[in-house]
Amino acid sequence: MSQFERQGDSHDDVVPGFDHLEGPDLLKSAGTYLIGLALATLLTAVSFFIARTTLVWQPSIPVALAVLAIAQMGVHLVFFLHITTGPDSTNNVLALAFGVLIVLLIITGSLWIMANLNHNMMPMDQIMQMQR
Amino acid sequence: MSAFEATADSAYRTQLAGHEAAGVISKRIIVGYGFWIFLLSDIVMFSALFATYAVLVGETAGGPSGAELFDLRNTAVQTAFLLLSSFTCGLASIGAEARRDTWFYGAMAVTFFLGLAFVGLEAREFMDLVARGAGPTRSAFLSAFFTLVGCHGLHVSIGLLWLLTMMAQVFAKGYRADILRRVLCFSLFWHALDIIWVAVFSMVYLMGVAT
Repeated sequence: MSQFERQGDSHDDVVPGFDHLEGPDLLKSAGTYLIGLALATLLTAVSFFIARTTLVWQPSIPVALAVLAIAQMGVHLVFFLHITTGPDSTNNVLALAFGVLIVLLIITGSLWIMANLNHNMMPMDQIMQMQR
Repeated sequence: MSAFEATADSAYRTQLAGHEAAGVISKRIIVGYGFWIFLLSDIVMFSALFATYAVLVGETAGGPSGAELFDLRNTAVQTAFLLLSSFTCGLASIGAEARRDTWFYGAMAVTFFLGLAFVGLEAREFMDLVARGAGPTRSAFLSAFFTLVGCHGLHVSIGLLWLLTMMAQVFAKGYRADILRRVLCFSLFWHALDIIWVAVFSMVYLMGVAT
């Protein structure tokens, strides 16, 4: 095992495409970030436009904003954080899937439970009257 | 070499080859994975703050609502600053990998000033709200707003300190493998903050103004 570790250390940080970036590779990596920046800017601009517009049916706006936000998070994950389907990223994707599950449980669970409690609670003025 | 040793040696080599076929995982990938787990836990913490905000967004206690308070122009400028800083942070990590001083220090400095401008705009917005009597004590909605957005601003402020630390470490110790891993973790942190900001400006500001 120690031999593996020593071997791992001597070849430390050798990842294809990441070590010894030169000329074209350098520009290629920068290009990935540039594509990400362009896509994110586009999605942000559409979000800000949609929030204020009167061109679409008003109740659809929050849904559109949510969809655009999720799309932009996807762009950030792929182009900035490099969470891809590549073999080095499998564990990252699994962890992300678990994280997304927890986030969804917390947000929808909280909203659902609190809306239910709110619905079943007596109106505030009646509670005040009972306390008199 | 005895026959037994030869067999053991070839078995070891086979094992080694198998290991390499599966890919000897570099420390860089392991460190990135560990830090990614931390970032996800941070995002889970933020999701609790988002859930709190979503539950309390209507509880204005007769006070001002988001539609009356939020200035979308300010939010748009903040968003532009943070998005650009995410991009320059990416350039800085490329510069660090390529060991190019001008790329690394230049992009890190631009990232720092964009981040500082973001925090400054947020601080100005908060002080303006408090001055208008819409501080965190005014209503449950505003308590949740200041907690959520303030927590993000605190993360960015800590990120700015970390950014300066990374510049100083590269300056003092050079582009060593362990320093480069720290730069990687910093860039992951900075990009994750931008992802959380996407959720903040969409859910808090834009939906607050739209409804």
